[in-house]
Amino acid sequence: MQTIHDTIIIDGQEIPFTKGQTIMDAALAARVYIPHLCHYPGLTPSGNCRLCTVDIGSKSVAACITPAAAGQEISNNTSALNDARKSITQMLFVEGDHICPSCEKTGNCKLQAMGYYLGMLDEHFPQFYQHREVDASHARILLDRGRCILCDLCVRASREVDKKNVFAIAGRGTEAHLIVNSSTGKLADSNIEPGDLAANICPVGAILIKEQGYQVPIGQRIYDQHTIQETGLQENSVKKNDD
Amino acid sequence: MTKPRIKIATTSLAGCFGCHMSFLDMDERLVTLFERVEFNCSPFTDIKQCEPCDIGLIEGGVCNAENVQVLRTFRANCTTLIAVGACAINGGVPAMRNYFDLQDCLREVYLTGTGVTNPQIPNDIELPLLLDKVYPVSGVVPIDYYLPGCPPSADEFLQMLEPLLTGKKPLLQKLHLHYD
Amino acid sequence: MMNPCLHNRSDPTHEHLLHRLYALQQQFLHISPESMHQVATEFNLPVSQVASVVAFYSFFHTQPCGRFHILFSNCTSCGYLEDGQNLMQMLCQQLQITPGKTRKDGLVSIDETSCIGMCDQGASLLINGVPVTRLNPDKIAQIAHLITAETALAYWPKAWFAVNDVVHKRSLLLTAHFLAGSALQKALIHGTDETLATVMQSDLCGRGGAGFNTGEKWQLCREASGNAHYVVCNADEGEPGTFKDRFLLRSQADAMFEGMTLCAFVTGAEKGFVYLRGEYRYLLPHLHSVLNQRRQQGLLGQHILGHATFNFDIEIVVGAGAYICGEESALIESLEGKPGIPRIRPPFPVTHGYLGQPTVINNVETLIAAAHIILQDGAWFRAIGTEKSAGSKILSVSGDCRLPGIYEYPFGVSIQQVLDDCGAQNVQAVQIGGPSGTLVGRTDFNCRTCFEDLSTAGSFLVFGQQRNLLAINRNFARFFAHESCGFCTPCRVGTQLLKNNLDKIADGRGTSQDLVEIKQLSHLLQRHSHCGLGHTAANHILDSLQRFPQTFEANLKQHFTASFDLDKALENARQITQRNDAAAHLD
Repeated sequence: MQTIHDTIIIDGQEIPFTKGQTIMDAALAARVYIPHLCHYPGLTPSGNCRLCTVDIGSKSVAACITPAAAGQEISNNTSALNDARKSITQMLFVEGDHICPSCEKTGNCKLQAMGYYLGMLDEHFPQFYQHREVDASHARILLDRGRCILCDLCVRASREVDKKNVFAIAGRGTEAHLIVNSSTGKLADSNIEPGDLAANICPVGAILIKEQGYQVPIGQRIYDQHTIQETGLQENSVKKNDD
Repeated sequence: MTKPRIKIATTSLAGCFGCHMSFLDMDERLVTLFERVEFNCSPFTDIKQCEPCDIGLIEGGVCNAENVQVLRTFRANCTTLIAVGACAINGGVPAMRNYFDLQDCLREVYLTGTGVTNPQIPNDIELPLLLDKVYPVSGVVPIDYYLPGCPPSADEFLQMLEPLLTGKKPLLQKLHLHYD
Repeated sequence: MMNPCLHNRSDPTHEHLLHRLYALQQQFLHISPESMHQVATEFNLPVSQVASVVAFYSFFHTQPCGRFHILFSNCTSCGYLEDGQNLMQMLCQQLQITPGKTRKDGLVSIDETSCIGMCDQGASLLINGVPVTRLNPDKIAQIAHLITAETALAYWPKAWFAVNDVVHKRSLLLTAHFLAGSALQKALIHGTDETLATVMQSDLCGRGGAGFNTGEKWQLCREASGNAHYVVCNADEGEPGTFKDRFLLRSQADAMFEGMTLCAFVTGAEKGFVYLRGEYRYLLPHLHSVLNQRRQQGLLGQHILGHATFNFDIEIVVGAGAYICGEESALIESLEGKPGIPRIRPPFPVTHGYLGQPTVINNVETLIAAAHIILQDGAWFRAIGTEKSAGSKILSVSGDCRLPGIYEYPFGVSIQQVLDDCGAQNVQAVQIGGPSGTLVGRTDFNCRTCFEDLSTAGSFLVFGQQRNLLAINRNFARFFAHESCGFCTPCRVGTQLLKNNLDKIADGRGTSQDLVEIKQLSHLLQRHSHCGLGHTAANHILDSLQRFPQTFEANLKQHFTASFDLDKALENARQITQRNDAAAHLD
């Protein structure tokens, strides 16, 4: 029997999808990049960062949580959408403590790489300068909440892959912050381990493995050599090979 | 007759002069550049008063009242004002104090910190008064262009300046963009 | 998929997580880390989930409140700014206390909260959860005195706690007589198909604002497969300026519960919830007594009205201060004992709602209308209203008018008509549907309230000529920044940036560039947010910019201004160094 492949159209390009796939799934499988920070292949999509917003007709939707449906005509790589994405990236920058030169993640940070991809030259909005707690209690893992972009990836990775449920997000609005599921609320008293996906998935420098910073010289770090578009598509093909 | 040279002024506010050092990394290319530009008020020349200039390069963020005055003078005198480097653009490393209360910072540095002798918070009127936070320069005056990096490389300075010298709009290539 | 541990299984009462936390807070005046651990153990939940719930709802506190805990409404109608006086500040001064901080002796704490639904009752507050209405400077002084004397609330003047519902206009629902059980009896005779058909014929649409066809919703839920079906009444009336549900819960609880029971009859649900906003906790005894009465009458419980297979009961879950829980999927999250963060939709609650099962969520007014419709018939309801908006609509009218209160009109009534009826003169603007709705000026007063013109869930805020609209916009912007759940970037950061931008303009530091910023931010929120809160949070600003441009333009500076107040930014350092020389200032 012949398999009927439904298709969607992204920026004029016809892309096949299978039932149950989101627009993001279908796009990445066809090696079409839709900017994203809170999406990670294999984890339940969340839809919180909104960088993957695409237009279907007059409506905007987040590609990572919107099911692909036959005949959808989707705009993705447009200047209006990329401008909005740049504003959203700037929002994430001003909300937190993102001083790249002083951060161990610099060069390997997805937020930074998103800024590069979208041509962000300044942060545009006034900064919030919120004071958020650092948790250095764990011998091997550091949690700097100031840099957290509330993407929820560590929460999902811990719950879905590590089966540990180490993290949660608490608080409302700009008070939202990452909390640790342990008797003291400290990372040292949780069962997180450096090999856990949750300890390594952080797109920014909020969760870092200690004593590894600045080991790779400038010029050889991930985003010295690649764009986030390349790594975003790469992540997906790695995931596909795992399946 | 030689064309009049483009006048450039530079300064460092709450910065480390690293951007200035990086500018000098142009090395032999500086020679060609000087055929077209001259430096006015700048640590390169030691000229203290900013005269009307074509381009102003601002390194560093705004941490005190004096920074505000210098920045305003630059804005008033420079046709094109460029925020250079992480500190000018978002406060950079000096802005790491922004996550703490100013009083706590001063108390620790001048009163209670290790190794403090003769503890007192300086209050001489000769000293510029600190702002509660270190601000990006764009928060105080309008900025025309941004040159990110900590520091921006000599190549990037040239990428920014060369179009301006011929009256064109500079456009940084995304490929060269970096915030560190 | 869903978390099954919403209720304490070891406790026979199956207490809800929110109720358990509320009880602990009552006992210890806050929820301590120890309490959170205890609850986590009791409910077999990760302590992080309990902590995230405590942090999400504004009525839960991790630091002790005062024995008298006061929350002033900051709504434009029932808020603490009355006749140019700041009643909250007044009480704070008299009790020597800072808002948001508990007095050292633990006697009293004072803070502000979003609209408490007392907009027709004058400036109001909640004291230990109970509303005190019609505040004025005199009453504030007496309150300060009673608190200082540590007089228990039971000995405070009874009249202070009175919530007087005044109905100025009655149409279909508020004139029809309703006898408990009468609609159910009729439904049982006619069967589920015909009962559903009656609701369909009425063209009843949801009264919560979205306007989805009620019959269709019931049918979709009924057709959806699942282990169980649920009926939820959304009594989380949080839109500032809305109080009609407060009135309906008080006066039409029977019809509301009957509407839920009828929905259960049609959909096959055996369990229903009323999600009551925490601000209306004081209505609980009344609602429980009506529920008990209905159980005694055989209108709830096993074998309803003797019907062998018709079993249904209702539980009331009380929220804890979160506007977002009025959004149906956030409400379900809250019912499930989680922070009220809107879900990804689709799937919609009709197929995947409470515990992932098919769930009907209807507004209080919708359910009451459904009960009346089934008792009368579809045509009775369809006979009034407009082409696309069948029946009547109950409005909560407040603000600058002589007769604030409840007004029921056939759908399609013009704004001008309502203004005439409520005795509003010299009206500058009307906010229809609350801060998330539409701000209209004189030229639009001929618009009609109905789905095809100006849709509203019922809030009707009247602003007279003397009102400063910029102050209103700031109030609303602050509301949204406070109520944003924080899930998605555009709303979490954008509502805060909008608030800061309006503050800058009100401070006299704004420029035309700020207006450009505000417009761009507003469009970003409208298009890119995750849920309705973000989509609508900037409506009031865009409306103001379009219809009342002078609101903003009158306050603008001609040239660039700093993003912050430069001289104020030196104030800390001036105090630390005790300097006040010329160089210690900036202009």
